[in-house]
Amino acid sequence: MNLLDVENLWVRFPSRRGVFDAVRGVSFTLGRERLGIVGESGSGKSMTGRAILRLIRPPGIVTADQISLEGVDLMKKSEREMRSVRGQRISMVMQDPKFSLNPVMTIGNQIIEAYRLHNRASKSEAYAKSLEMLEAVSIRDPERVMRAYPHEMSGGMGQRIMIAMMLIPNPEILIADEPTSALDVSVQRQVLDIMDRLVKERGMGLIFISHDLNLVADFCDRVLIMYAGRIVEICDADKLHDAQHPYTRGLLNSLPRLDAPKDRLEVLQRDPEWADADSVSGRV
Amino acid sequence: MAPLAPWIKGTLLTLGSIAVTMLGLLFITFIIGRVMPIDPVLAIVGERASQSTYDAVYLELGLDKPLLVQFFYYIWDVIRGDFGTSLLNARPVSEDIARVFPATLELATLGVIVGIVLGIPLGVVAAVRKGSWIDQIARVIALVGYSMPIFWLGLMGLLIFYGILGWVGGPGRVGIFYVDVVPSVTGMILIDSLIDGNWDVFKDAFSHIVLPASLLGYYSLAYISRMTRSFMLEQLSAEYVTTARVKGMSEWNVIWKHAFKNIRVQLITVIALSYANLLEGSVLTEIIFSWPGIGSYITTALLSADMNAVLGGTVVVGLIFILLNIFSDLLYKVFDPRAR
Repeated sequence: MNLLDVENLWVRFPSRRGVFDAVRGVSFTLGRERLGIVGESGSGKSMTGRAILRLIRPPGIVTADQISLEGVDLMKKSEREMRSVRGQRISMVMQDPKFSLNPVMTIGNQIIEAYRLHNRASKSEAYAKSLEMLEAVSIRDPERVMRAYPHEMSGGMGQRIMIAMMLIPNPEILIADEPTSALDVSVQRQVLDIMDRLVKERGMGLIFISHDLNLVADFCDRVLIMYAGRIVEICDADKLHDAQHPYTRGLLNSLPRLDAPKDRLEVLQRDPEWADADSVSGRV
Repeated sequence: MAPLAPWIKGTLLTLGSIAVTMLGLLFITFIIGRVMPIDPVLAIVGERASQSTYDAVYLELGLDKPLLVQFFYYIWDVIRGDFGTSLLNARPVSEDIARVFPATLELATLGVIVGIVLGIPLGVVAAVRKGSWIDQIARVIALVGYSMPIFWLGLMGLLIFYGILGWVGGPGRVGIFYVDVVPSVTGMILIDSLIDGNWDVFKDAFSHIVLPASLLGYYSLAYISRMTRSFMLEQLSAEYVTTARVKGMSEWNVIWKHAFKNIRVQLITVIALSYANLLEGSVLTEIIFSWPGIGSYITTALLSADMNAVLGGTVVVGLIFILLNIFSDLLYKVFDPRAR
């Protein structure tokens, strides 16, 4: 049974010089798996994630034949009904914890708030639950962290706090939008491992948005490659290096590899024909 | 020496900075007082006094001493609250200021409250509904506030609300029958009448203050609402706002519990600035509404070359600015953990 079924998703931004299509007819499904979405900047991968949560603000327009969460179409839900989906059933971790945590609220209050939005719980229950969650993301001295403000945290800690905060209402799906791009390489792996463990333990579906092909190949089960708002190729993550599409090949060849050193890396070629070709369906 | 506790150190630093700023201000007013082409002795004794009277007053004022010594005398006088004697009414300037300043304080405080209470929500709504008709109306309201001269708006207000409709009291702080009815405790009639329990005076004073305070409030509303709008727009596009939405929070709470908390520090600066501007005394408003405040006091003194009164008033206004600055610095630390 699929957790999520996205069919023919479009995200459009009308402007004075015509309509800009950020996402153009994307279809895919998500089970209890780790689904990677890769592509260069502006390929529409973040917009896809945000459109699922119906977070595209006007003037942006989202249309889709369906965005179904366990058989219920989110496109038909009112804004009020969407609020009980956000956080509680689908959650999202964003790129940089420096900006995605509220700088003037204590970390404790922000986590407690995330829990109490979807659970009837007293402050002390929520506090205990938050401590537990911080421990689950390997935060040492969680009591101190609860009282601290975001600027007192390092990037890696901030992102682990973000993960704790977004998983505390126990959602079924987590969208991770470039969750490690703003972190030092040395803590990237640690944050990924924690996220991976929690997602597996809880039997969640994960949408992992990244521009880092190697990371996605390592970390995910299945990969969608997006270009100019469309999906150009879908493959199993372990077969990513045998990908067929020239765009995917171009992305792979523009990366340096330790096991196959090259004097000169390839420059990424972009063929306008790929942008006009029909989107490949990622529905299973 | 043992290291000082941080809060003691902080307090000492604050007091030190007040002292240094005040010293600078006093230095400037002192210099202005000395370079003005007005003979302070002549101003006191009059043109027909004999040379011996002139010399006696000259010595009494300490004008034979070196400038630096005179400066120290001046500081010592100011510290004791002695700004000299007014030429116009031969009363100590400090007494005059103690009388006119509460009038301005009362008006400015009410005005800035009007500006805050209406301006902040207007600015927030304009930012949230950016581009909508509400935003357009808010823009027009602010534009009128920026560009309409107060003497015109004030006269029109008096004509319509006092002259034609009779909803508010006319110029002056209270009606003629209520002058000096309640004993002066704070000098602010609204508060004094409350202390005295005299409702009739309170109502009358309120009917007099409501129009000038609303007009001044309108001007600070124009400024506060525009600034609130732009601060808010900046915050609404911040990533933590998206986080709050992802959590499943209602838009109202996203705006007020998350975004608004982040503009408080900037708003304090804006509000402190507009309050300080109002406390300086709005000369035109005070003249149109016959409001005996510090703005018209300093202006009148200036026009009659009453230097003691002018400099005394300047020092008081400067002190207000310094205190408001310190106060907003303290509030920064309350509202922004990064400033602690």
